Amino acid sequence: MSQCLLEASDLSMRFGGLLAVDQMALKVRKGEIVSIIGPNGAGKTTVFNCLTGFYKPTGGKILFQGQAVEKLPGFKIARLGVVRTFQNVRLFKAMTVLENLLVAQHRHLNTGLLAGLFKTPSFRKSEAKAMERAAYWLNKVGLTEFANREAGNLAYGQQRRLEIARCMVTDPQLLMLDEPAAGLNPNETRELDELISDLRKNHGVSVLLIEHDMKLVMEISDRIYVINQGRPLASGTPEAVRNHPEVIKAYLGES
Amino acid sequence: MNKSSTTLRWFPAFMATGTLLLVAVLMLGVQLSTENTELVVHFAASERWHLILFGAVLVFLVQLFRNPISAFWQRTKKHNPLPQVQLPSLNDNKSLKRLLISFAVAGLMVWPFFVSRGAVDLATLALIYVMLGLGLNVVVGLAGLLDLGYVGFYAVGAYSYALLSQYFGLDFWSCLLIGGVMVAFFGFILGFPVLRLRGDYLAIVTLGFGEIIRILLNNWTSITGGPNGISQIPKPTLFGLEFSRRAKEDGNVPFHEFFGIDYSSGYKVIFLYILALLLVLLTLYIINRLLRMPIGRAWEALREDDIACRSLGLNPTAIKLSAFTIGAAFAGFAGTFFAARQGFISPESFTFIESAIILAIVVLGGMGSQMGVILAAVIMTVLPEFAREFQEYRMLMFGLMMVLMMMWRPEGLMPMKRPYLKLKKHQSDKDNASVNRQPIAESV
Repeated sequence: MSQCLLEASDLSMRFGGLLAVDQMALKVRKGEIVSIIGPNGAGKTTVFNCLTGFYKPTGGKILFQGQAVEKLPGFKIARLGVVRTFQNVRLFKAMTVLENLLVAQHRHLNTGLLAGLFKTPSFRKSEAKAMERAAYWLNKVGLTEFANREAGNLAYGQQRRLEIARCMVTDPQLLMLDEPAAGLNPNETRELDELISDLRKNHGVSVLLIEHDMKLVMEISDRIYVINQGRPLASGTPEAVRNHPEVIKAYLGES
Repeated sequence: MNKSSTTLRWFPAFMATGTLLLVAVLMLGVQLSTENTELVVHFAASERWHLILFGAVLVFLVQLFRNPISAFWQRTKKHNPLPQVQLPSLNDNKSLKRLLISFAVAGLMVWPFFVSRGAVDLATLALIYVMLGLGLNVVVGLAGLLDLGYVGFYAVGAYSYALLSQYFGLDFWSCLLIGGVMVAFFGFILGFPVLRLRGDYLAIVTLGFGEIIRILLNNWTSITGGPNGISQIPKPTLFGLEFSRRAKEDGNVPFHEFFGIDYSSGYKVIFLYILALLLVLLTLYIINRLLRMPIGRAWEALREDDIACRSLGLNPTAIKLSAFTIGAAFAGFAGTFFAARQGFISPESFTFIESAIILAIVVLGGMGSQMGVILAAVIMTVLPEFAREFQEYRMLMFGLMMVLMMMWRPEGLMPMKRPYLKLKKHQSDKDNASVNRQPIAESV
């Protein structure tokens, strides 16, 4: 069994009287693609928000590479190498595509005030490196020709790809995608499928995925977690989940 | 032709004319005055009534026929499109850009020697507002934090020079630095309590901060002199040379004696102008660098989406604090210079209306746009001077200008342009060769 990257146990999140996530356990190993599925309002995005530090979970433990992260603020978790995309794309819309990718590399750059004001060699070097990395990922997601276009003016599918590229320039360990295929046409979904597999294969990133597109989920996932009304319902390989009677009842319909 | 373009707008026409008459008659037509103990209404001369009547008729007709007029205008525009003039892009021509900038700077340096003292003085004032506008632009335009108490930092800068020179005898140059650092520190301190606030809430707290500073200065009479202010603040010196007729301290030589020329009070004005110009150029350089640095990009990213910022490992707290600190530092420089130029400061100079004017400069020029802010600052300071006769209507005109701007150019006079960053050509070619292209890249 390969190394465990992210492990959550007994994860709970309560909003007043509503228990949005109840005793969720989750594990992502290095190099795995893991999906979370469930009907609308099941608490999938809440799990994401807990894992990435946007919510402070009311109970449970989250370990990332052996380190407890459930109390850390979001930006610190991101710095450890957990980056995410959002259900409704969150780009820096008024900035150019290229700038979006440069902002994402903030913590890798020389942020010294004086170094930047006087353009020291080390500053130039770090900026050039950032540009190189941005150029590489632009090319990878096929947005090179839009580099100086404002991100808000891109087509929806392009925005989705830019958001993934923006995560990847930060050099993450774990990429968390919240419904990356929402609003994409079948063709674009197939490309997304290929992109995600490629990221895992060539860039050593593990992926945690929330998705409604069953075809995509079943194709690329190593393991799947099913949650319903905040409670874990089933987990296992795509095959096992597909045939799980509870899942069929709750999620795929009772037919 | 559709129906809406021919219909007459009777109702709006009557409404507009009625409003005009109401306002014009009360403001221009009648005047109240006291004679002995009675209030007497004076009616204006008949020619003014004619003017009001003419205005009313004009408004009525324009409103009534607005649809046909605009339809006609649209048609002529369609048939005779204005020739589009394309200026050569300065982005591609770096040496031309440098040449133009150096010419402009040289022109601005030489200009004061050929014009009147009053004009130079006015230009200096405009430059102070340019500095303030550029500083506030960092906070409001780039980082998107609405700050209504910016004048507080300006006041702290001015008072820190005035007090330091009064109590410790420090000179302008060291105070410029100390003032800048001190105000930056103030910005940092204010940044803390407002970190969690956004938008309107932030605006209210900063508004309160600006007022607190002013009220503090007004009431701390033992140190600040209260409403009487502080006078006889020393003017800046040029490497120790004073610009007065006689040196204030023994052993000092005034500027004109040192160079063996006749005394003229104009030298001081020109010196102050050039000093302000240099400060503005420094501000411009720094902000231009900041924009191309990680920190400047982070400010803009924070304005766009702070949740996405956090998800990428950017610390919003640090970014907000840095924007507040750096924006405040520029107000500190401007304040120090202001105190030195005026020679006298009092809390009167730092009222809320100043904050509003600086904010108006930023909004008018275009959020985030440096050229726009400069243009707007010049307009806002120079225009009132040219329109002296309308002194009483100044605020009315400001308001009108703002309303018109919001209607026709909500993005400002010169909206911010995104920096164009060139990707190295050979680099992406190399990538193409080394990375086996994925199908996703081909489908675009």
